[in-house]
Amino acid sequence: MWTTVLVGSVGCYLLKLAGLSVPAAWVQRPLVTRVVEFVPAALLAALVAVQAATSGRDLVLDGRLVGLAVAALALALRAPFIVVILLAGAAGALVHVLGG
Amino acid sequence: MSSPARSATLRDSLGLGLAVGLYGVAFGAAAVGAGLSTWQAVALSALMFTGASQFALVGVLGAGGGAFAAVGSALLLGSRNTLYGVRLAPMLAPRGWLRRAGTAQLVIDESTAMAVAASDRELGRLAFWVTGGSVYICWTAMTLVGALGAGGLGETAQAALDAVVPAAFLALLWPRLRRTATEAGVQRRVALGGAVIALALTPFVPAGLQVVLAVVAVLLAGRPRAVAA
Repeated sequence: MWTTVLVGSVGCYLLKLAGLSVPAAWVQRPLVTRVVEFVPAALLAALVAVQAATSGRDLVLDGRLVGLAVAALALALRAPFIVVILLAGAAGALVHVLGG
Repeated sequence: MSSPARSATLRDSLGLGLAVGLYGVAFGAAAVGAGLSTWQAVALSALMFTGASQFALVGVLGAGGGAFAAVGSALLLGSRNTLYGVRLAPMLAPRGWLRRAGTAQLVIDESTAMAVAASDRELGRLAFWVTGGSVYICWTAMTLVGALGAGGLGETAQAALDAVVPAAFLALLWPRLRRTATEAGVQRRVALGGAVIALALTPFVPAGLQVVLAVVAVLLAGRPRAVAA
């Protein structure tokens, strides 16, 4: 586990350092900026889906999806991050208590 | 540079830094819930120090994913910091390798946004250092709080934590999908594609790998509109 933590950390740090160090022309190409601009949307959405609706190799519907729906509603109403998180957690706990 | 502008920048940067730093609690709790030790959680905040990548790494590990998928998704999400650095380099112009090494660690979403939004170079540098520094200190400290708090959780609290992780990713994603974001329509298309690909691959690939593979959804963005040369 420590290896994963350290390798990931060093890698992410080098990505930051590279930005300050390489000539801008290397990175500021239309295709590169295009890809980097949209990578977070693809990955974060994938993480939302996997964390909310899967367990191992199975698709699972449980309190996490209820929490996610509550979070989406809170975000649409422009609630701050910490409120979104608390509401989602409360919804997940409630479903668990109700035997979901 | 007027003093009111300076104190306004200082106030905004510090306020944002402290507010964002509070989310460190959610990360610390999620990391421990995913099976990391308290110190591994804190190490990620202090060393990796880029929230989305940290959540991705522990999210993939928590889903039973391997080291390759965990590190891969963290690096893919961290790649935007490279572009931020390119954008900030002329403003910050860190002299000497030591200063550059220190500056690099603070290149994140929030410090970049505040620096770029400043009205001149001096205020931009101030915004970068104060925002980056306050997020760093608060985020790392709150990670420790969250990690320690998650240690003795019961089943109900664990269910709450399980619901918190996808909600945290959604909250990170949301600003990119808002109608006011640049090319919001394209961002939404890519996001939907990423989610569908990840779910479709889940039964067939080792845990976590579907997240890395979902990156092909960027193809849905199409080519850049104005292709130079």
